[in-house]
Amino acid sequence: MSDNKTLTFSIMDGPFEQARTVTVMRLLNVAARRGYNINIFAYEGAVSLPFARQSKHPNAVHGRDIEEEDHPLPKDWIASLIKSTAANGGQLDWINCGLCVDERGMQESIEGVRRGTPGDLWKWACESDNTLIIGTR
Amino acid sequence: MRALQIIESAYRCTIEEQDDPAVWITHAMKGAGADLGVVLRANAVNYAVKNQDASGLVFGSLEQSQPPRIDQDIAALMDKNIDVYVLEEDCTERGIPSADFISGIQFINREQLPEVMEQYDQIWHW
Repeated sequence: MSDNKTLTFSIMDGPFEQARTVTVMRLLNVAARRGYNINIFAYEGAVSLPFARQSKHPNAVHGRDIEEEDHPLPKDWIASLIKSTAANGGQLDWINCGLCVDERGMQESIEGVRRGTPGDLWKWACESDNTLIIGTR
Repeated sequence: MRALQIIESAYRCTIEEQDDPAVWITHAMKGAGADLGVVLRANAVNYAVKNQDASGLVFGSLEQSQPPRIDQDIAALMDKNIDVYVLEEDCTERGIPSADFISGIQFINREQLPEVMEQYDQIWHW
């Protein structure tokens, strides 16, 4: 890790449901651009965000095929943010709550995502400059 | 059977879905032969405001190429002969003048809403 500030986030919402998901990504994007070290503890539904089997689809209502629709996938946003953070001198570490993963059968995550426990969140919070909890509502 | 879609929850996942799911499913059901109307209320009245621009989102190096175009999606509903109503009071509370809305919108007040609802067999609240 670099000497830059370290921020820990814990998020709870799954993809394609709430504006909070994109808001979290916006915050992570700013932190990534600044080269911060970023820890994300995905809790409950948020373990679905880096699910590797998310797929793009065409959209007949929009009149666009799969390429034209270019549907956003949170797993791709996360992969891009992992790269962006590293390119700016930081490190993005993503832990999925293991029990939450098991409940949902979300074992297949993208590269860069690992399994952990609430103990990891606490450890990160103790080691970070600050922690932001973004709970579900 | 006629169903009135009352859409209240707005901008919830429009970036990720590149549309609004309630508006999208209205389009999809219309394509399947449904007879539908739409009421936009609360924050969803803003869906009918013209010239919205949600472009420019970039996460890392990943750009969104097809941002949501909600106002155009609403206009497309009317192109499919779906009546789209907007509650006047909700626009006034938010300081949105009628001139800011796309053409074809039908403004109704809260007292007129029951009359509109009477024209439909079912009311679906999103």
